[in-house]
Amino acid sequence: MNRIGVFVCHCGTNIASTVDVKAVAEALSHERGVVISQDYQYMCSESGQNLVKNAIKEHNLTGVVICSCSPRMHENTFRKACSEAGLNPYLVEIANIREQCSWIHKDITTATEKAVILGRTAIAKVTLNTPLTSMESPVVKRALVIGGGIAGIQSALDIAEAGFEVDIVEKEPTIGGKMAQIDKTFPTLDCAACILTPKMVEASQNENINIYSFSEVSDVKGFVGNFTVKIKRKARYVDETKCTGCGLCTEKCPMKKVPNEFNAGLDNRTAIYIPFAQAVPKIATIDPNYCMMLKNGKCGVCSKVCTAGAVDYKQKDEFIEKKYGAIVVATGYNPISPEKFDEYAYSQCPDVVTSLELERLMNAAGPNGGTLLRPSDKKHPEKIVFIQCVGSRCDDDRGKPYCSKICCMYTAKHAMLIREKYPDTEVYVFYIDVRTPGKNFDEFYRRAVEQYNVHYIKGMVGKVTPKANGKIEVQGSDMLADEQLRIDADLVVLAMAIEPDKSARPLATMLTTQMDTNDFFTEAHPKLRPVESATAGIFLSGVCQGPKDIPETVAQASAAAAKAIGLLCKNSITCNPCVAHSDELMCNGCSACEKVCPYGAITYENKEFRMPDRTVAVRRVASVNPAVCQGCGACTVACPSGAMDLNGFSNSQIMAEVDAICK
Amino acid sequence: MQVNDSKNFEPVIAAFCCNWCSYAGADLSGTNRLSYPTNVKIIRVPCSCRVNPMFILRAFQRGADGVIICGCHPGDCHYTSGNYFTRRRITLLYSMLDFLGIERNRTRLEWVSAAEGAKFASVMEQFTEDVRKLGPNRRLEDLRCRKK
Ligand SMILES: Cc1cc2nc3c(=O)[nH]c(=O)nc-3n(C[C@H](O)[C@H](O)[C@H](O)COP(=O)(O)OP(=O)(O)OC[C@H]3O[C@@H](n4cnc5c(N)ncnc54)[C@H](O)[C@@H]3O)c2cc1C
Ligand code: SF4
Ligand code: SF4
Ligand code: FES
Repeated sequence: MNRIGVFVCHCGTNIASTVDVKAVAEALSHERGVVISQDYQYMCSESGQNLVKNAIKEHNLTGVVICSCSPRMHENTFRKACSEAGLNPYLVEIANIREQCSWIHKDITTATEKAVILGRTAIAKVTLNTPLTSMESPVVKRALVIGGGIAGIQSALDIAEAGFEVDIVEKEPTIGGKMAQIDKTFPTLDCAACILTPKMVEASQNENINIYSFSEVSDVKGFVGNFTVKIKRKARYVDETKCTGCGLCTEKCPMKKVPNEFNAGLDNRTAIYIPFAQAVPKIATIDPNYCMMLKNGKCGVCSKVCTAGAVDYKQKDEFIEKKYGAIVVATGYNPISPEKFDEYAYSQCPDVVTSLELERLMNAAGPNGGTLLRPSDKKHPEKIVFIQCVGSRCDDDRGKPYCSKICCMYTAKHAMLIREKYPDTEVYVFYIDVRTPGKNFDEFYRRAVEQYNVHYIKGMVGKVTPKANGKIEVQGSDMLADEQLRIDADLVVLAMAIEPDKSARPLATMLTTQMDTNDFFTEAHPKLRPVESATAGIFLSGVCQGPKDIPETVAQASAAAAKAIGLLCKNSITCNPCVAHSDELMCNGCSACEKVCPYGAITYENKEFRMPDRTVAVRRVASVNPAVCQGCGACTVACPSGAMDLNGFSNSQIMAEVDAICK
Repeated sequence: MQVNDSKNFEPVIAAFCCNWCSYAGADLSGTNRLSYPTNVKIIRVPCSCRVNPMFILRAFQRGADGVIICGCHPGDCHYTSGNYFTRRRITLLYSMLDFLGIERNRTRLEWVSAAEGAKFASVMEQFTEDVRKLGPNRRLEDLRCRKK
């Protein structure tokens, strides 16, 4: 006899505002086998769980149905609670009446009807659940960090400090990310390189850290504790083990007109290059789009000058496969392209630059050796206009709907640095709002206004027009003074919105993690699990999860590392008991299941069977290795005799769900 | 209760979603408060390849008007190759359903990733509309199963 308990959660008002939870509990109380049906404010809270536990003991329940949020949120919570009350954890089913009902529907009547059907479906299933016991699976004690910006470096250092091996996969020839391009950093105005490069060196010297630069993740298999990752080591045409980073080749390379990404395209580099002096690893890379040897077999200078014999034009992409227990994603961001915002004349005028370009123009290692000069005529700019929120908080599809968060602060930083170094320069900043929450941030902005006399103008810029005399006319409105302004500027700086790296979406698909509509990775819970992805064993670090400045990035990176360390400390994790098994009496040994199993979990045994006529027959039957089976269910459908079935998702359970939905 | 006369026709739709991508995609459309019709009821399966064509036939027999199977994009199945099996099996099922005289548009296979909450909602919206246009499924419905 089934004795089922049904528990309907209000989730505060998340469910209760569109689903009549009392009506659901009442309707489900009449289902066959249901002995108790209750509703409660927060089922997942301790008192909610106690309600379930007490009911299990009091009514001697054989199955529990929780009508609540997605099983991806709290299935484990309730399984644990039931197990504590002595009920096998796999005798619990969740009806998802939040993500798949109350949050998507507005009409109470139809949403309540649907919730009742979802509840019935779960009851139909739980009636057929069987108790299951989990096995343990070992944890590979190594972490993978994808992306080697400040976020990835910090996560890797923390994990390595805790004594675990870490690999960093970075798609560029060097680690460092965007922070390596920044000149000085708010709110302290210390030099970015001075705080970043020691960390880069520390990462390269830490014996637990292994850096795969100029590499990408090309495939991810497996599950928490046991991921198998294929890494593509892109051909850099230089043997990493031989190159000493002397840079002779970069001096001799005759192909000198390659736009230099590191200086935001403001100057040129050679076809064989080392991105910047403090690059880690400091190894030359040949750019195949420009190298004349690779393009048409003519040149070969670098190979001739290299005393180490490191240049190898025949190098091919290589793939390596490694196992990891945990993965940290730290793929960062890029500023969006100003191309679509033609009213600001970026494409027409070299003296309209982005903020990242300005960072390079001001940097001592930048194209002008740290003296701020206009790109067009290398003259000192006397009037500079900053335009904030270009593409941020934007309601058309040229830009992004969100606030990029860092631009207010770095614009104040730029303005202040310029006024400090060149007091004769006039600086204007057009803004929609100045957003400076954060420790010492508002004080920082006020210093720009009060101490450095930066002219902040609340208003938008309508048009930027380059003029024949070399000036750039900026037309904008001052909303507070209610007047139109025209400023003849020498330099215009656009604070471009930032967006996640383009490689993030295909990566999310490989990792089976969620992303929001803007391609930022989604955290498992926005408040309580901000550094974990919803997929177990995958953690989020830095701007790939949402716009952040460096202090926040580092804090999140360390938090993600702490979570990864917590996982790596375990010797084993409990594995999923929802695996396949074959009914020996029905199996005819046809091998259909073996052929579809992606993990090779199925083998065959010859077994003796007592036949009804008292003879003994030997038959070949399938047997599933539960430690290898991942529970996909491919074999169950391939099996022609219906012998193969899957624990937790059996044929009869799914049929019962189908029936419950359809009737 | 849903009334199945042709004027007030509310199609019954069963959606099989694989746990790793499409079920998560469905959750995401909830988290983002995107709406799709209440007609759609989701059954969670570990992988789209767990969907036995028998389940689909059973659904039609029990009075479903449409059945949709959702899995990870080809190449992205959590179990590497499950959705390739699904694709082949559903293609075969299509020809059988053709033979049985069940309109092709009542069954659909869609790839929805965990990141595609918006796609999930729009696919469900569209599928419900397509099935609504076809009207009730009478062809395979076992009248003995019909609820009075
Ligand atoms: C103009 C400007 C000025 C700024 N000034 C300041 C400041 O003064 N103070 C401050 O606190 N913050 C500042 N910031 C913000 C700061 O740059 C970021 O907070 C910080 O760089 C974020 O680090 P990250 O590691 O998350 O991302 P990133 O620095 O973007 O690093 C990501 C890394 O991952 C790599 N990667 C991406 N995709 C893949 C992939 N698929 N596989 C392998 N590798 C991959 C990238 O190549 C990169 O190396 C500024 C930003 C800008 C644009
Ligand atoms: S390739 Fe040779 S010349 Fe070039 S940096 Fe390396 S060692 Fe020096
Ligand atoms: S369920 Fe999947 S992994 Fe397990 S034995 Fe069957 S085919 Fe193999
Ligand atoms: S897990 Fe999604 S289709 Fe296989």
